[in-house]
Amino acid sequence: MNAETANACRMVNVYLYTRYERFWHWLQSGLVVILLVTGFETHGRLELLGFKRAYEIHNYTGLFWLIAFAFFVFWVFTTGEWRQYVPTTRKLVAVVRYYLFGIFRGEPHPVPKRKEAKHNPLQRLVYLGLAAVLLPIQMASGFLYWSYNSWPAWGLGWLSLPVVAAVHLAGAFAILSFLVVHLYMITTGHSLTAHTRAMICGWEEIEEREAVEDWEVKTRRTPA
Amino acid sequence: MPVPARMLWLPAAALFGLAGIVAASASDPGPGAAPTAPGRDMAQQATRGPQRWITSDHSKHEILKQPFASGPEVTRACLSCHTEAASQIHRTIHWTWVDPASPPEKPMGKGALTVNNYCVSIHSNEPRCTSCHIGYGWKDKTFDFSDPAKVDCLVCHERTGTYKKFPAGAGNPAAKPTVFPGDGKTYEPPDWNRVAQSVGRPTRDNCGACHFYGGGGDAVKHGDLDSSMHKPNRSLDVHMGVDGKNFDCTRCHTTRAHQVAGRIYATPAATERTPLTRDDLTPRITCESCHTATPHRPGVKANDHTDKVACQSCHIPEFARVLPTKMRWDWSTAGRMKEGKPYKEKGPLGFPVYDTQKGDFIWEKNVRPAYFWYNGTIDAISLKDPIDPTRRVAINWPVGSPADVNSRIAPFKVHEGKQPYDTVHKTLLVPHLFGPPGSEAYWQKYDWRAALESGMKQAGLPFSGEFDFVETTYVFPTTHMVAPKERSVACNECHTRENGRMAGIAGVYLPGRDGNRVIEVLGWATVLGSLAGVLVHGIGRAVSRRRKEG
Repeated sequence: MNAETANACRMVNVYLYTRYERFWHWLQSGLVVILLVTGFETHGRLELLGFKRAYEIHNYTGLFWLIAFAFFVFWVFTTGEWRQYVPTTRKLVAVVRYYLFGIFRGEPHPVPKRKEAKHNPLQRLVYLGLAAVLLPIQMASGFLYWSYNSWPAWGLGWLSLPVVAAVHLAGAFAILSFLVVHLYMITTGHSLTAHTRAMICGWEEIEEREAVEDWEVKTRRTPA
Repeated sequence: MPVPARMLWLPAAALFGLAGIVAASASDPGPGAAPTAPGRDMAQQATRGPQRWITSDHSKHEILKQPFASGPEVTRACLSCHTEAASQIHRTIHWTWVDPASPPEKPMGKGALTVNNYCVSIHSNEPRCTSCHIGYGWKDKTFDFSDPAKVDCLVCHERTGTYKKFPAGAGNPAAKPTVFPGDGKTYEPPDWNRVAQSVGRPTRDNCGACHFYGGGGDAVKHGDLDSSMHKPNRSLDVHMGVDGKNFDCTRCHTTRAHQVAGRIYATPAATERTPLTRDDLTPRITCESCHTATPHRPGVKANDHTDKVACQSCHIPEFARVLPTKMRWDWSTAGRMKEGKPYKEKGPLGFPVYDTQKGDFIWEKNVRPAYFWYNGTIDAISLKDPIDPTRRVAINWPVGSPADVNSRIAPFKVHEGKQPYDTVHKTLLVPHLFGPPGSEAYWQKYDWRAALESGMKQAGLPFSGEFDFVETTYVFPTTHMVAPKERSVACNECHTRENGRMAGIAGVYLPGRDGNRVIEVLGWATVLGSLAGVLVHGIGRAVSRRRKEG
């Protein structure tokens, strides 16, 4: 099948991302960039704002993120959006295959986006890892790092600052490397900017295809 | 498709959120609007209070109007009212030059066998060194330390500024106008009645008469104490500045029964960090006495530093900020003559860099201190302790460790020396430097062996006759010349990878200086790997697309 002609004639506009999702995405991306820049400056690898300012901005931004993240967690669970993150192996290999080979041959994406299934199996894994593991680790280690002077009072005197700092640094590298890949992956829509546009206004043009398969749907399946 | 207008608030909200964060981080309110730091408020309250006054005018005392011919006569007059003063003085280090708290088996002080890398030791050199003793006549070992009349009340208490001890008079002022060859100045005998009637609490000039000129000259020794501290401005010393708080030394060096608060060799100035709010009679010798342990505004990170970092480390950015101080003294080059005569050579800072009597000097101004873990104790070797001449010998050193809760990272002046040692006994040696013509003194005969022989003999110590010169260090804690807060050390002078002030400090994780090497390498490898991966992938996509189009 010719991808170009497919794009030209069989696209539909789908409202993919709600207002809060988009707000959260851009807020979080801003926070991540600020935290990366100020974090690496605090780590002595950059000179931009000066240590003091970088350190202060890093701390306030981190604390702000921690609070904002609590709202995100609330949203994820109250809206049932958490189901978008339930990991699956179905078609996982197909998606990996697509990005390794199919994409160069102009094949269609094996698991196109749908309102009810925004994440393909690979994304599910990555975003679950991010939202449930990497970011919480980063926030916890950052919070501990920040509260270093209170450790003895909190009964955490046994903690080691070099270890907490190392965990936090490892997390920073993981996030930075996610950011690199993520920034690239948003160009892999049907056009270079399709994904970005969707994240700004909520609507994305996607290929019209048969209905979403049952296993992909995020809502609870009611027994017939 | 067009972006619906109602969606525009989203990016706007995000922007507002970020602006809020940045604003919050810049919470430093400008001057004027700023609430002052609690530690400043506390200190200002602690130093406000009533002016001190006295109930006696010493110029009206008949006993001080009698004719005096010598210091001891004045002292007897003082003691006729201040009956306990001499016995109090006799127990202080100002009198004994030995730390009263040091153990008898290891007495510390110039009066014992403690040495430095300036003129090394007072033994055999008393008449010169003891011109800074608060007594009259300590010219050799025979001095009677129990004689009340030998106490020099005037040097600490007279307030005319005219009382001068003769620099080589064993603590006595000149009996008749006398020229001191060392500085070429004429020393006049005191106007005894005038100085005796002027007495009061010690001023900066009284303490400074000795402590600003330690090591035989202005600014030689401490680096944070020199003649610029007679009348410092606020930017040199925020507490003592005549345009600021105008403190005398005794404002912090509070005194009980003539015992002046302060560190004495291995005895810390304070063992407890007691603020005045907990004990209003506590000595004011520590910063925390007045400023408390969390002196900065709430939320200021510096408050979190006070468990590891001494106040002085940030608040004294450099020492010797007005006058240069001596940083190195190399005795091994002494004795060179110019046309058969001793000579001096001045350096770019206006201070001698060579002196036939003393060797080579290095002077430095605006010196960044060295930093060490320090619990208030400075230990030292004595003339009896064996040294390892193959390495630089630390004559004294700050005691402390990162594991000790009473230790802080504190600033120091480190003075380097190169001085004589016994190559057989492996001990430091006492040179007999000062003496009358015809004596064995080095400054008379310029004969090291004779001078060392004589010095060690008078110190009561063995000398093999074989000597050489060894590199040494001597540390002084840097605690005066506290700069105004706007001149304190910036965060990035320590939190940096290159040449930071804390480069030599172990036992603490310092963000911006330290990092985990393994994670660092793996981390950058992952990031660069990701970058390479997406680049290759992107190129692949572009190529395949072109091929299809072509």
